[in-house]
Parts: sequence; structure tokens; C-alpha cells
Amino acid sequence: MLRESIKMSWENIIQNKLRSFLTILGIIIGVTAIIALITVVQALITNINEQFDSVGANTLVINAQGTPLKQGLSDKDLMEINEIDGVTGIAPSINTTIDIYREGTVYEDIVVDGKNETFFNRNSDLILIGRGLNILDVNGKNRVCVISADFMNKVFMGENPVGQDISIMGSSYRIVGVADGGDDSVMTLMSGSTSDIYIPYKNLMSLTGQNRIYSLEVYMTDEAEDTTYISDAVEQYLDTLYNYKDNSYMLIIMDSLLDMMKDVQSMLTTALTAIASIALLVGGIGIMNMMLVSVTERTVEIGLRKALGAEPRLIQVQFLTEAIMLSVLGGILGIVVGLTISFICGAVMDIRVPISWGAIALGVGFSAAVGIIFGFAPAKKASELNPIDALRSV
Amino acid sequence: MPEKLLEMTDIVKCYTIGEEEQMVLKHIDFSVNKGEFVSILGPSGSGKSTMMNIIGCLDVPTSGRYILNGKEIADMDQVELAHIRNKEIGFIFQSFQLLKRNTILENVELPLIYAKVSRKERRERAAAMLERMGLGNKLDFYPNQLSGGQQQRVAISRAVVTQPSILLADEPTGALDQKTGAQVMELFHELNDEGRTIIMITHDKHIAEHAGRIVKILDGVMSEGGTEDA
Repeated sequence: MLRESIKMSWENIIQNKLRSFLTILGIIIGVTAIIALITVVQALITNINEQFDSVGANTLVINAQGTPLKQGLSDKDLMEINEIDGVTGIAPSINTTIDIYREGTVYEDIVVDGKNETFFNRNSDLILIGRGLNILDVNGKNRVCVISADFMNKVFMGENPVGQDISIMGSSYRIVGVADGGDDSVMTLMSGSTSDIYIPYKNLMSLTGQNRIYSLEVYMTDEAEDTTYISDAVEQYLDTLYNYKDNSYMLIIMDSLLDMMKDVQSMLTTALTAIASIALLVGGIGIMNMMLVSVTERTVEIGLRKALGAEPRLIQVQFLTEAIMLSVLGGILGIVVGLTISFICGAVMDIRVPISWGAIALGVGFSAAVGIIFGFAPAKKASELNPIDALRSV
Repeated sequence: MPEKLLEMTDIVKCYTIGEEEQMVLKHIDFSVNKGEFVSILGPSGSGKSTMMNIIGCLDVPTSGRYILNGKEIADMDQVELAHIRNKEIGFIFQSFQLLKRNTILENVELPLIYAKVSRKERRERAAAMLERMGLGNKLDFYPNQLSGGQQQRVAISRAVVTQPSILLADEPTGALDQKTGAQVMELFHELNDEGRTIIMITHDKHIAEHAGRIVKILDGVMSEGGTEDA
């Protein structure tokens, strides 16, 4: 019986192709909006989360300007922070931009990053070829460096750079490894620049004449459920160090950033869904209008079907089926268009766009609900038609 | 003693038009035996359409008793009436009333769908019925590809395919030329000879004369026999 209803509805939809299409346009637009917006927002936020996640969880970032009297952080400060209960390691960050000369070519604006062994241990998937900097390199101020894959492609053009030397600010450094881009670092994520060369941070301090560290990543234990006590202790240390002076330092807690991103995501999704619902409401009214016209047009047919023994309920089911099919058809087209737009957006913004099954379910569910809600009244009207009046109107 | 298929006692039907209540059927007693071919003859406005609606279970009388094939109709609700129409009545309309978007086979299948007959069986039954009507080679045709006479035969097939107790025809030749009309009447005689009960409503006394019995209706009152005026 349902099969008959579906067949009849489909025939009727096909019969009036243009009218059916115009009717479901509102639904198509509504669902397209929902799918495209939710998918793109989710992709954006997932993308940012993934970047944060790879280094971010259980990480604190300290940007310490300090006070005029106590600038930045000293070696002693670094050691003390490293000793705080729950801290598993620290990675100082220092960088500068220089020009590199090699075989007669000048490479301008090369970013040199000073790091320690903890940074490379922590980001073990950073190294593509060779090795990262180790504790002997850092403590012994060895003249070794790790270069980024981009830098390798630019300067060495297919040659294996490991074992070769480059000149950094007048000193010769041996290349021991190649790292992947370097954009996984929280620092580069914050500053937006990527590192070209990594050398032991103490070497870079000497080369630039700095004896203070202004930027530091603090890694916290991942055994603790709640790491607030660790960040509190770090905060306490810095407050004491700088005498509670305002703006002397900035502490970024990655976990709370992640939480914030999740809040933003759910807020955006809710707001966008609300807006798209308005389009669906308009689409639903369009369907109701079309169904009412359809009932009027097919008065005789309805009368005949009733005369031949169709129960009122059956007529109702048939018209409801038609309304639902119309609006679900609109929903499916909306999903296709919405996903297409999402993938185009993803390609333009250069981010991976995952198919959001939740959004698809929402699209189908919403459109089906619209069909039921707005198809109900016309279907009821059809089922209540008096067969005598219906047949008389020939 | 012939078996009574349909029995109406003291049927009254009133319509309220504005403030005024109008009695369209005035205390009608009417019965039909199994296997009879009866004409109800009357001019327009005589109440014959209302009579047909009540016989066809499309409407219920304001008062009176109506027993069809042993069942009391007068108090039935819409769902029960739908079942009765499907099972007991085969409608044949003046303007055929075929669904123009469906093939003639699908048109004949329609009442079988509502009778919840399986897909395979209703296809077979509808095809066999059309075969009998000489339309076996046109099953996939649409109504507008057929002549008026052929369309009326499709409509008759649709009425007969459910094996109803009564064939109820409303001006069955009204939309046909004389020759085709005569062929349809021929078909009615055949169906009647097979034992089918036929009630035909018409304003045309020549058509009415094909029936074994003529009942006249005028101004809501029914009278047996006679073929003079009308």
C-alpha cells in the first residue's frame, strides 16, 4: 500500500517537474545552507583543533616580557619552572631572521629558531630525515642544525643535505636532520611564521647577544586529570618573579583554548542552524501551498478514489507521502549542493573537509519534518473531501 | 422467492440550503432482487442523483433503513462506507472517470488495490477483465488514446473486476454516440445474463427501457412502472 502511495506520489511530482522544483527550492536552499555552513564551520574548527591538539594538549605557553628591571627569564628561572610539580619539560623559544649565503646565492629572511632537546623529543614526528637536536648538542653548544623541508627544497634541490655545512651568522653549522615544515609548533602557530632552521637555543642566544628567554613552552604531565594546579603553580612563580606587575607576562593554557574553540563551534552551529531553519520554514510554507493547490486540482481524482473504496486515511497517507517525498527530495538535493559548496570552500581555503554525517542526518530529518508538518493540513483536507461534491465538480 | 439484495424503507434525505431545509427524497421504499436489471428514470432535479449517492453508499439517508446485501448501511461511518463501496458497489460514471495519467490496466487495478489484493493477483485479474472486454492488446494504453466506447468499457471493467453485488451506472451512455451507446447496453445485457445485478440511473427513457424494470422518480417521490413522461 505504501509502495503504491510512493509510486503515485512520484508520478505526480514528475508530472509537474518545474512546479515541483520551484516548490522545493526553499527546502533546497535551507538544507544547502545548513549543510554548507555546518560542514565548513566544523572543518575549520577541526582543522584548528588538530593543529592545537598535536602539540597543544597539556601545554602551557609563556610569553614573558618581564619588567624593566627583570626582563624575560633567566637560566635559573627556567630551571625552577622545570622543577615545578607536574611539569615534565620545558622548551625555550628564541628566533631571529637572517640572510644565508651559500654557493654565491643569498637567501633572505630565513627564520632561525633556537630550541632544546625537549622540543624535539616532544615533537618526535617532526623529523623527516636524520635526527633532531639532542641533549649533548644543547648542553655542548654543538654547531649542528636541523633544517625545514621547505628550506631543503629551496636550497639543496633534491640533494641530501644531511652532513653538509651551512654558514649561520659567520659560523659553520652541520646539518643533522630535516624537519617537516615546522608549523606544528605552538609558537609558529601563534606567530604565523614557520621556522627554516633550528639550532640549539643557547647557540642562538650567544649569536644574538641575548641572555634572557622571552618565550617558553611548558609541558605538563598527561597523567593528571586536572592540570589546573600546574598552571596555577607556574602562574604563582611568574607573579612572584615579576612582583605581580600587570602585563609582565602572558600565559596561554592550551586546554582552555581547546575548550573555548569547542564552545565557539557549538555556538556557531546553533546560530547557523537557527538561521537556516527560517529558510526551511519558508520552504515548508511553499510545500503547503503547492499541496493545497494539488488537492484542489485533483478533487475529482480524490472523489473517484474514495468512491472506489479508498479509506480517508489512505488518501491522507498518499498526500502526506507526496509532501514528504517532495521535501525529502529537496533535502537530498540540498545535501548534494551543500556538500559541493563545502568541498569547494575547503579547496579554496586549503583545509580538509570531512563529511559531517550529523549535518546530513539533520538535513534529511529537518526536511522530512517539514514535509510532515506542512503536508499534514493539505492531506487532512484531501481525506475529508466529500466524494459526492468531488465527483459533481466535473 | 427471489433473494432481496437491496432494501430501502422509508428513506428521507434532507439538505439544508441556507436557512431552509429541503426534502429531496420523500419517504422512499425501494428494493432490488438479486440478478435484476433496474432503471431509475427521472429528469434532472428529481432527486435521482441523491438516490444514486445513497444506493452507492456515498451518502447516508437522513432517516429510514437501507439494507444492502444483509448489512445495515444507514448508520455507518466513512471508513465502513469506503469498505462497503469497495466490496459491494461497482460504479460506472457518465464521464468514465478514468485516471488519465495511468494506463488502463492500472485504472482497472485501482479498486483491487483498495481491496488489498496482492500485486500479482490484481494484475492478472485486471488483465483478464480487459481481455474479456476486447481490450487485451491495449493494456499499456492511456485513456486518452482510446475512443469513448473503449473508455467506457475500461470503466465497466473497473466496476466489475471486484465482483461487486451491484453495478451502479449513472447515465452510462450520456457521453457516447447512439451506436456506441447501444453497444454498451448490449454489454449490460450480457453482464445481467451472467447474473449481475444492475441499477442504472438515467433521464433517457429509451435507454431506461433496456432494463427489466423501470422505476420513475419525480420530485423526490418514487413510483413503479410506466414510461410515459420523464
